[in-house]
Amino acid sequence: MTADLTRATAAELAARIANREVSAVEVAQAHLDRIGEVDGAVNAFLHVDTEGALDAARKVDDDIAAGVHVGPLAGVPIALKDVLTTEGVPTTVGSKILEGWIPPYDATVTRRLKEAGLVILGKTNMDEFAMGSSTENSAYGPTRNPWDTDRIPGGSGGGSAAALAAFEAPLSIGTDTGGSIRQPGAVTGTVGVKPTYGGVSRYGLVAFSSSLDQAGPCARTVLDAALLHEVIAGYDPMDSTSINAPVPPVVAAAREGANGDLSGVRVGVVTQFSGEGYQPGVLRSFEAAVAQLKQLGAEVVEVSCPSFDYALPAYYLIAPSEASSNLARFDAMRYGLRVGDDGTRSAEEVMSLTREAGFGPEVKRRIMIGTYALSSGYYDAYYGSAQKVRTLISRDFDAAFATVDVLVSPTTPTTAFPIGERTNDPMAMYKADLCTIPANLAGNAAMSVPSGLSDEDGLPVGLQIMAPALQDHRMYRVAAAYEVARDAALGAPVISGVPQLAGVTR
Amino acid sequence: MPSISRDEVAHLARLARLAVTDDELDLFASQLDVILQSVATVGDIATADIPPTSHAVPLTNVFREDVVRPSLGQQQALAGAPAAEDGRFRVPRILGEEA
Repeated sequence: MTADLTRATAAELAARIANREVSAVEVAQAHLDRIGEVDGAVNAFLHVDTEGALDAARKVDDDIAAGVHVGPLAGVPIALKDVLTTEGVPTTVGSKILEGWIPPYDATVTRRLKEAGLVILGKTNMDEFAMGSSTENSAYGPTRNPWDTDRIPGGSGGGSAAALAAFEAPLSIGTDTGGSIRQPGAVTGTVGVKPTYGGVSRYGLVAFSSSLDQAGPCARTVLDAALLHEVIAGYDPMDSTSINAPVPPVVAAAREGANGDLSGVRVGVVTQFSGEGYQPGVLRSFEAAVAQLKQLGAEVVEVSCPSFDYALPAYYLIAPSEASSNLARFDAMRYGLRVGDDGTRSAEEVMSLTREAGFGPEVKRRIMIGTYALSSGYYDAYYGSAQKVRTLISRDFDAAFATVDVLVSPTTPTTAFPIGERTNDPMAMYKADLCTIPANLAGNAAMSVPSGLSDEDGLPVGLQIMAPALQDHRMYRVAAAYEVARDAALGAPVISGVPQLAGVTR
Repeated sequence: MPSISRDEVAHLARLARLAVTDDELDLFASQLDVILQSVATVGDIATADIPPTSHAVPLTNVFREDVVRPSLGQQQALAGAPAAEDGRFRVPRILGEEA
């Protein structure tokens, strides 16, 4: 019975809770029990808020019993990436510099989840300050991929993706600066969506790279992601870059797509994202997915976006530059860690010692790259040129979307790699974001949906679908249609292939 | 192509207020050199006629009504402070020996 609850979709759980077939408390308890059983092997959670989750669930049950109208995901458990503030619940951003910090306020995303009656189970592990593609940069140990616990779950949102694949939560929230929702989704066989930049408020999202950071929904099905998308999206006066426009109709699009008809939809295959550096099994999975889109009635053409080859270097200048400025706030004065304050050292010395002790190597590397790229004498060659590349990438997207409705590519060039394989080679790690970065630089919508398993290693592969800004619903329609066709072709959802975790009885 | 020296990395660390160790300097100098050489390729296509983009969404100043609204209280604001005294943030001395 409880195993059944942890395997259900969010939509099913919400319906059963609303019908009073099962209580929100039972659903929350089933997931808390599952976390207790498997998280020792997965390490998806940095903090589990048992009391808070059960209180929130009880409130939903009381409301339903009293006949109060509740939202479409009321009572459904959710895991929240530890980069979003939660009043009274620790928020570390995966860093020692914020260890033990209890935020005095909720992020807008957190507030919207609570208002919609979602039950926040806890906070998920991540690469420190969301800098990484493997969750190995967490100061609290790596998260493990439920498909193979010797492999990475992607990053930076590896905890949010692994929690879904380990059936610890049916929904989670990630944030995506260069692919941190989509790449973990791809390597864990789950759905991850980066909404249009400005579509979801950044208020209370601890900033890494402000012009790129975007929170979004993670789920095991396209419809569940859409339902969550509509809960968290929308204008927020507390975020000056929030878009004041209606939320794209993503739930309706997911339902329409599930009818399995894509006739009239024009799909562009990005020619740059193939060839050298791509795992053959990933490319075969991608080609099969494209063939399936054709069978669904879509018109498929190849589209060249030549500047996309320069997205990776542009990103690894722009994001560190913004990070070097944003992370200056960790100065050991108002919150977070302070070391070396012995009564004789100056504030400057204490600040330098604290940042040295509190930040991990990847954060230090990026702060120094950003400091370099922004320094006089280098600014034009580095940061200035990267901003120009950003213009060219937007132009490539504009030209592509003049002829096609959505663009597709593999989400990431390889399947999940072994833990430790790339930790000493930053450039190899950065290449995991090769295909996901353009949509961050241009600000448009993009998502990853599982496209089955790679035939050479049996590990999940992701299909990336990209749509123009504020046309998020287009990619949901395509993803939902594809999901139905894929499940029919494979005989079962991709996620049902996750092996039983070692030492766990179910 | 760029080649970043150990001394330059030490300078960057000082600018960024990172009291890095000697071992870290050795490691970071070689890693930053590889990374900077790789990202320098942006210069290949960034010609003078292309305008820079700082932000995907065109930004203008956003104003709100100037009305009083609830904010953090003194205790809440100080709750996360590494050190507090008399209802204020206590900080180390802010002037160096040379000042």
